[in-house]
This record gives sequence, C-alpha cells and structure tokens, in this order.
Amino acid sequence: MILHTVNKSPFTTRALAECLRFIVPGDSILLLEDGVYAASKSGPTALIDVDTPVYAIKADVDARGLSRHLVDTVQVVDYDGFVRLCTDHDVIKNWS
Amino acid sequence: MKFAIVVHGAPYASGSSWSALHFARAVIRSGHEIYRVFFYHDAVYTASALMAPPQDELDVHGQWVDLSKQHTVELVVCIASSLRRGMLDETEADRYEKPGHNLDDAFVISGLGQLIDAGLNADRLVTFGA
Amino acid sequence: MKKLMFVQTHAPHGSLFGQEGLDAILMGTAFAECTVLLLADGIFQLLDGQTPAALGTRDYSVTYGALKDYGVSTIYCSASDLATRGLVPSDLTVDVTPVDDDRIKALFAEHDVIFSA
Repeated sequence: MILHTVNKSPFTTRALAECLRFIVPGDSILLLEDGVYAASKSGPTALIDVDTPVYAIKADVDARGLSRHLVDTVQVVDYDGFVRLCTDHDVIKNWS
Repeated sequence: MKFAIVVHGAPYASGSSWSALHFARAVIRSGHEIYRVFFYHDAVYTASALMAPPQDELDVHGQWVDLSKQHTVELVVCIASSLRRGMLDETEADRYEKPGHNLDDAFVISGLGQLIDAGLNADRLVTFGA
Repeated sequence: MKKLMFVQTHAPHGSLFGQEGLDAILMGTAFAECTVLLLADGIFQLLDGQTPAALGTRDYSVTYGALKDYGVSTIYCSASDLATRGLVPSDLTVDVTPVDDDRIKALFAEHDVIFSA
C-alpha cells in the first residue's frame, strides 16, 4: 500500500493528475503545502475515487485560509498523523 | 521505525524544507528514529551557515541545526549537488581554492551512497519534493 | 535485499533534476536491484538528437544506454505519456519498454522504496 504525497496545486501543475492515474485499493493520498488547494470545494477532489482516503496537513490548510472551503471527505491531519500514515503504508511516493 | 527523510527543495523557494522539518520533529515525538536526512538538488542550500533571516521570519537553517543538535540527527548534503551550487565545507573550499566555506558544521557533505543506504536501511523513506 | 525504483518526471536541460536523478540511479545500481521508470516529461530525457552544446548543459541521455551494464535490463516508460508527446519508441536514443498505467501500478507495488526526481 502506498501513501502518495502531493505538494503542488492542481491548478498550476499536473502532480495530482499524475498521481491519480496510479491509485490502487489500499493507497491513500496526503496533500501538503500548495497541494492542499486540491482539497478545496473548487478543487478536483471529485476526480478522486471515494474509496481512496485523502488527507490534508492542517498547518498548510490553516495557513492558506482553506479550512472553511474543504471538501467534507478530506481528513485534516497534523504531522503526527502524517507519521502514522507513513507507518500504516508500505511505501511513500511523492508527486511534485 | 527508522525513517529516512529526503529533501529536494531550496529553503525559501519551496516548502519542502519546512515540511520536512515539521515531519522530522513529528517522527521523533512519535517515538521513532530518524536514520538520516539527505538534502539533494537545491535543498543543499539549507546547509548555508550564512543565512540571516529577519527575526520574525522562518529560520529554516537554524531550525535544522537545532533539531540536529537536540536529537543527534544526521544531516547530509550531496557532495555533487553542493559543489555545483557553491555549498562548501573547509576541505572542499581548500580543494577547489575557493575564497571561503559556508557549510554549517551540523551538515555533512557526502555522496549519493548515503541516499541509497538510507533507502535500503530505513523502514520508510519520505521525500519532500521541490 | 530491497528493490529500488527510480521515477524520472523532469525534462532535461531546464533543470538538473533529470541529470542528478540519473546520478542517483547509477549509485543505486551499485547497491541493489533497480528499476527505472520515465513518466511525463521524464521521457524527453531520452529524445534522440539532443545537441545541448550551445546551452552548455550535458547530453546525458547516452548514460541511460549504459544502465544495462549495471543490471537495469529494462527502462520503462509510460505508453500514454509517450503517445501524448507525439513520440514512438524509435524517437528515443535508448530502447525503452512502454507500459500501460496498470503495469505501472504493478511496478509500484513490486518495489520497497520509490525515489522520485
């Protein structure tokens, strides 16, 4: 199982789109830095299979003023949660 | 678990160094071990001892140095990336007859073998892309 | 022994990600079994006919051809990314094995560490 991390905005790069091509059951997605813009209601999270857990780093969400704009299915986590996600998955793959 | 952390982005051009730092602290806080932090590509700029940010701004370099000293975390910068970008310790500065050196003592210049070794010997390798 | 995968996604010459990424691959081959995958603009690193002399950058595409001597028997690339860029395997300077997204998913699952560049 892979934890896919995406740190770029879906509006400016294809990092998230590339990542989404290769998601399999059991994988999860973690959005951080500008990647959290994908978690906003205006972002392309509708493209993410509903069975794929999507997480967003709280510090990045809050810094960007996105907490009121998040899609309900995205789970906000702190860095301790990021570490737990890493231990729960076999491999971590960054898309940048 | 043992974590290898790989940083690709320059300290202020990218969020990667700051994210990696927060992650590193969380690894330690969670009771895990950091096997090595490897700075590659433009991330080698993080090692500059000459950074002097305003006091009310992020001190990326200073925070990495503090983490390294408080928790004995190995911070490695890739030698090839470092030489290209003018990040030199005293040995390399002498070797290449440069007018100064700028690598903070908390960082070690080494080869890509350290990156591969980290991948092979840590339980998890986490990359923070540029 | 762990299996290492290296994913290259950057075009050459506009940055050092590709060249430095290849340096990491070469080092990896000295330690373990390595798989190389070119995705997105990473495919452009193998485009035949690169002449970067005027730029002063290095044509390191030939180094990919030497990887087979270091145990990398297959260089994979995304078939759809190749097609999107209007390319066919004969446009590339080294033999590649184009694979579909399902095969790439399987490749990811077969490896213990994925290095991204």
